[in-house]
Amino acid sequence: MGTAALRKHLETITGGPFAWRSWPETELLPTGIPEVDARAGGLPRGALTEICGPASSGRTSLMLAAMARAGACREYCALIDTAGVFDPRSAAEAGVALDRLLWVRCGGDAEKALKAADLIVQGGGFGLVVLDLGDTPSSSVRRISMTSWFRLRRAVEHTRTVLAAVECIPHAGTCASLVLELRRAEAGWSGAPGCSRLLEGMRVEVERRKPVGQLRASFAALAVR
Amino acid sequence: MYGCLHAAEPESAASLVALAQRFSPRVEATAPDTVTLDIAGLELLYGGPHEIAAALARTAARWRIRANIAIASNPDAAICAARGFAGLSLVPAGDEARFLGPLPLEALHPSPEIADLLARWGIRRFRELAALPERGLVERLGPEGVRLHKLARGVFERPLVPLEEPLEFVERLEFDYPVEQLEPLSFLLARMLNTLVARLGSRALATNELRLALKLEGGGAHERVIRMPVPMLDARVFLKLLQLDLEAHPPQAAILGALLEAMPVKPRAAQAGLFIPLAPEPEKLEVTLARLAAVVGEGNVGSPELLDTHRPDAFRMRRFGEAASGAPVACAGPRMALRVFRPARPAQVAVVKDRPVYLRAEGIRGSVAGAAGPWRTSGDWWTQTPWARDEWDVALADGALYRIVREHAGGRWFVEGSYD
Repeated sequence: MGTAALRKHLETITGGPFAWRSWPETELLPTGIPEVDARAGGLPRGALTEICGPASSGRTSLMLAAMARAGACREYCALIDTAGVFDPRSAAEAGVALDRLLWVRCGGDAEKALKAADLIVQGGGFGLVVLDLGDTPSSSVRRISMTSWFRLRRAVEHTRTVLAAVECIPHAGTCASLVLELRRAEAGWSGAPGCSRLLEGMRVEVERRKPVGQLRASFAALAVR
Repeated sequence: MYGCLHAAEPESAASLVALAQRFSPRVEATAPDTVTLDIAGLELLYGGPHEIAAALARTAARWRIRANIAIASNPDAAICAARGFAGLSLVPAGDEARFLGPLPLEALHPSPEIADLLARWGIRRFRELAALPERGLVERLGPEGVRLHKLARGVFERPLVPLEEPLEFVERLEFDYPVEQLEPLSFLLARMLNTLVARLGSRALATNELRLALKLEGGGAHERVIRMPVPMLDARVFLKLLQLDLEAHPPQAAILGALLEAMPVKPRAAQAGLFIPLAPEPEKLEVTLARLAAVVGEGNVGSPELLDTHRPDAFRMRRFGEAASGAPVACAGPRMALRVFRPARPAQVAVVKDRPVYLRAEGIRGSVAGAAGPWRTSGDWWTQTPWARDEWDVALADGALYRIVREHAGGRWFVEGSYD
């Protein structure tokens, strides 16, 4: 059956003209890193994004850049800091508006972090909500059920909030709309190895793992010293 | 009809208001020694003006108050009569000018200039002023002259300015039996809150502070104060905040009674706009913050504030949303961030030629591929808790970057955090 015939058949069933309606385009929150925004556009609002990578892969740099970008647009951010590793001084150096940041320290308890994330997302009004599970033992993160991820995704749907989870490896499966995997490329040093050496920054590679499609970028995060 | 009580001696003045309030809810404290009251409707209780005046005089005598009492059709005629005539005075309606006529002009308290002018004109009594033509007085003395003329004729009309009772929004409840659990208490608090909110709403007010005082078995008391950053008027929000607060700080004994007080403030006037950025609703945010505090603890929710010191990891938690500045912050581009291990992880570091070459700590192990340092910092040497240390930025062979520190006191090494 051709398209026209199928359309006519559907119209006889529904009793009226049949028109396709597309979903509205997803609004994106720029990360504030031009290299990433040029390729991925930004972090989708009303959806769950996973930012994954090992230690020193630039996850926190990306997270702080997005927070700074949201703060510059006068939006409020929330950080659910599961392991309590957030450094306010680094955030201030990255341009994060600390007075617009709600910081929730969960003492290493992933269950509490999930509850806190749920409360914040249900409360509404935040432009960016980050659930930082980066230094939480993977055994604890793996115990988070898919139901919990699904609940978070449903809570953030149809809102303008970006929900981002920072992890070592992705755990949310189909609940995540965007998965960014970060890798450490190289550390940048200046000066002679023996003396007067300075850590200048690091180069980070970003790969989009979901939606499927090769998309790579890299950016440099500068050291604060 | 209006009555006026004027204290004949200074020691009687203090009780005048209380005496007047025994007869009428509308009482004006005209002067420290004079009160005026609205006696409309009192004839149903006492009879005519004579009987009302007699009742006032009887009560004053019983209270040992020496006061002149006057009754007139308007407040100022009553005041003039009470100040001018001793004992009881009944100013006949429509004949005030004749009744008040013999009074001296000083009873009107004119300004010194006008008093001087009237004295030079030979005007010394009410009746002489009342006899002057009003138009001529306007031309010569202005509006003040007209006011004095009307007062002298006993026809000056003005509304009474009654004393306002202080605005108190307090609900008290004594329980029939001791309440031991929070759930039944919530029902009682809900009832009190509904009444308070209705009373506040009827006066177009809101509140930003709730005080709860619980009377406990054994004579103790449990007091809690809930402060909100913006004025609110939602009984459900208040109840939830009280519930969460009482769950976090439960009373130590059964509850015998409760007193709930709301501090009245003007309600918040906010105009939403199409282009105003996303922000949490204050009412919802308060409940969310209280719930978060119940989950993770009060000190673990808020906004970080950097302290003005070089001491590492120096910050304090501030209440979220308390002082959000409207000014956007300039984006500084991606910066390498430190993830701080709290507490810092004790480490074993092999050092060759004063440089770290191998690092071992909880969850971290490897040879040092690159290192920058030492960054020597110290501070607070003028206090009881001085600190001094050397910081190193190190890259392990697997590429991970850490900040390690060696404390000068004791020479111990720690991994302070990882760069990410």
